[in-house]
Amino acid sequence: MNFIAKTRSKYRYSLILLRQLVITDFKLRYKGSALGYVWTLLRPLALFAVLYVVFVHFLRIGSDVPHFAVYLLLGVVLWNYFTEVTNNGLSAIVGKGDLLRKLAFPRYVVVVAGSFSALINLLINLVVIALFMVINGVPFTFEILWLIPLILELFVFALALAFILSALYVKFRDINYIWELVLQAGFYATPILYPIAMVVAISPLAAQIMILNPVAQILQDARYFVVSKESETISTIYDNVWMHLVPIAIVIIVAIIGALYFKKKSPGFAEEI
Amino acid sequence: MEDNIAISVKNVSKNFRLPHEKADSIKSVFVNPFNKNRKKFELQHALKDISFDIPKGEFFGIVGRNGSGKSTLLKIIAGIYQPNKGSVTVNGRLVPFIELGVGFNPELTGRENVYLNGALMGFSEKEVDVKYKAIVDFAELERFMDQKLKNYSSGMQVRLAFSVATVLAESDVLLIDEVLAVGDADFQRKCFEYFKQLKKDKKTVIFVSHDMSAVREYCDRAVLINENKIIFSGTSDEVAKEYTKLFLPDRHQAQEIEEMRKSAKKGETGRKWGSGGVDMAKLTLSKKMFENSDKEISLSYTIKASKDFSDEIIPGFTIKDAKGDPIFGTNTDILFTKNKKISISPAKDITTTWTFPNIFNEGKYTVEPAVLSGSNGVTLQWWDEAITFRVINEKSTPYPVTPEIFFSIED
Repeated sequence: MNFIAKTRSKYRYSLILLRQLVITDFKLRYKGSALGYVWTLLRPLALFAVLYVVFVHFLRIGSDVPHFAVYLLLGVVLWNYFTEVTNNGLSAIVGKGDLLRKLAFPRYVVVVAGSFSALINLLINLVVIALFMVINGVPFTFEILWLIPLILELFVFALALAFILSALYVKFRDINYIWELVLQAGFYATPILYPIAMVVAISPLAAQIMILNPVAQILQDARYFVVSKESETISTIYDNVWMHLVPIAIVIIVAIIGALYFKKKSPGFAEEI
Repeated sequence: MEDNIAISVKNVSKNFRLPHEKADSIKSVFVNPFNKNRKKFELQHALKDISFDIPKGEFFGIVGRNGSGKSTLLKIIAGIYQPNKGSVTVNGRLVPFIELGVGFNPELTGRENVYLNGALMGFSEKEVDVKYKAIVDFAELERFMDQKLKNYSSGMQVRLAFSVATVLAESDVLLIDEVLAVGDADFQRKCFEYFKQLKKDKKTVIFVSHDMSAVREYCDRAVLINENKIIFSGTSDEVAKEYTKLFLPDRHQAQEIEEMRKSAKKGETGRKWGSGGVDMAKLTLSKKMFENSDKEISLSYTIKASKDFSDEIIPGFTIKDAKGDPIFGTNTDILFTKNKKISISPAKDITTTWTFPNIFNEGKYTVEPAVLSGSNGVTLQWWDEAITFRVINEKSTPYPVTPEIFFSIED
C-alpha cells in the first residue's frame, strides 16, 4: 500500500512539473517578438511556400506523384518534428543544469517536456497541412487516423534518442556537433524532398535499406494514408512480411536502450554537469 | 523505520571522482583509446560514514566549517546527490530550501513565476491557486504580480521567492541552508521570525549553518562535521562550544602565529604609504587571539623620524573587520581634543601603546596604524593591514561590536 502511494506521489510530481515546463516553454518561445504566437503558424506557412515554389514549379521532381505539394510538406513537417525532439532533448539536461544541481526532481521530466513542446508545434503544423489539403483537393478519409499511431511511433523513437543524447551530452560535449551531422546526412538519406519511387527506379537495394530507417517508414506510411495510395511504403518495397516489422523492432530496441541508459546515468547528473 | 523518526541517515559515505583530465570530448577517447592514463582519477572523500536519526518535530542543526562536507550532506538528504554507500530515509514530504527562487525566469511575470516555482517544489496549479493570495500578501507585491520578473528589484525578487517557499512549504520536513539568511536586515528578521514559527509549529527542520548564535537559538540538537566525519553530536549548546574549539590555535598554529608576530615586528606585512619623514615599526599586540576572558587588548608601535625630519605628529590607528569595514579608530588629536603635542626628531624614537576593551564579535580583525602631521594633518605614514588578530566570542551579536553591558532594574 505504501509502495502504491509512493509511486502515485512520484508520478504526480512529474506530471505537475511536466505541465508547467511545457507551458513555460510555450510562453517563452516567442517572447519579445512582435508577431508572437503568429510565428508558430507563419513559420511552417513560409517554409511551405518556399518548398512549393522550388519543387513544384521549378524542379518538378515529383510531378508524377499526385498532390506532390502536400506529400512534400507532410514529409518536411514530420522530419522537423523528429529533429526538434532530438535537438531539444540533447540540450535538455545540460541546459537545465542549474535546476538539477538544486532540486531533486525526476530528471526525465525535462527531456519529455522538450518533446511535448515539439509536439505542440507538430499539431499546429498539421493544421496548416490540413489547410493545404483542402486547397489541393486531397480527399479526407478516416484513414487519416493512421497518423495517430504513426506519430506515436515517431514520438517514441525521437524521445528514446533524446534520452540517449541528453545523457551522453553530459559527459561528451561533442555530441551536439556529431548529432548535427547525423541529422544533415539523415535529411538526405530519408526520402523527404524526393519520392522514394525515384530511388526504387535507380537502385532497389538502396531503397530497401533506406526504408528500414523508422523515420522513412513512418513518412511513407503517413503519405500513403493521408496523401496518396500510390506512395511506396515498406510493404511495397519488401515482399517478406517479417521485414515490415524491422523498423518497429528498431524503435523498440532504441526505446529500451534509451530508458535503461538514462535511468542508469541520471542519478549522477547533478555532480557531472 | 520507527514512526516517530522523520529522517534517518545511515552510514552515508560519498566520494567525488576528480578526473585528472576530463574525457569530455570524444576526441580524447578516439585519439588514444588505449591510453590507460585517460581513466585515472582521484577519489575525493566528501563524507565518511555519517549516521543520525532525526525525530519528528525536532529542529536539527548540521554545523561545520566551509568545506567540511555539510553542503554535500544536505544535497544527499535532498536527493540531489546519490551516496556511494549508506542510505537516507525520509518519512514524509521533504521540501529543500537550498536556494531561493530556483527556476525563476526573468521573462515571465511574477504570477507565472509563482506557479513555475510551485511546480518545481511539487505543487499543482490548484494547490498554488488556494495559497496564491497569501503568497502575494506575504511578499507585499500585489501591484507587481503581472509585471515581468526582470523589472523587479533584486529585493523584490528575494521577497517573492521567500514567500513562495514559506507559504507553500507546509510540508513535514524542511531542509534549510544558511544561504537563506542572507540579505538585508529586514529580510533577515523575516527569516528568523519564520524559523521561530517553524519551531512553534513543531516542524521537523534540518538547519545547516555556521552561525552559532542562530544554531543556539533555534536548534534542539545538532551534529558537528569536520573533515568529512561527524566529530560531535549533542545539544546545540554543546555543539556550538565544540565548534568554537575548532578555531582555538593548536601547537602548530601557535607556532605559525609566533612567526607571524615576528614578521609583523619586522614590519614585513602590509603596505606603508604616505608623504614620509617617519617610519613605524615594532608593531605588537598583547595577544594574537582574544577570548571572552580577555577583557583588554593592547597595541604598541614605535615611530622613528628620518634624518632631516622634526615636527609635531599625531599617531593613531584604525581597526577593520574581515570585510574591510572600519570598526573603530582613534588618534591623539581625538583622544586629547588637540591638547596633546607630540614632537619627534631623529634623535629620539618614541613608542606608543594603546589599550582598549575587547568589544569585538567573533572574527578576524586587522589593525592599521598611522601617523599624521601635527601641523597640517597630512598622512606621514599609513600602514595598511599591518597586523591581524582573531577574536573568539561565544556571545557574539549581530551588531558591529558587543561591549560588556551592565543592566539593573528597579521595582
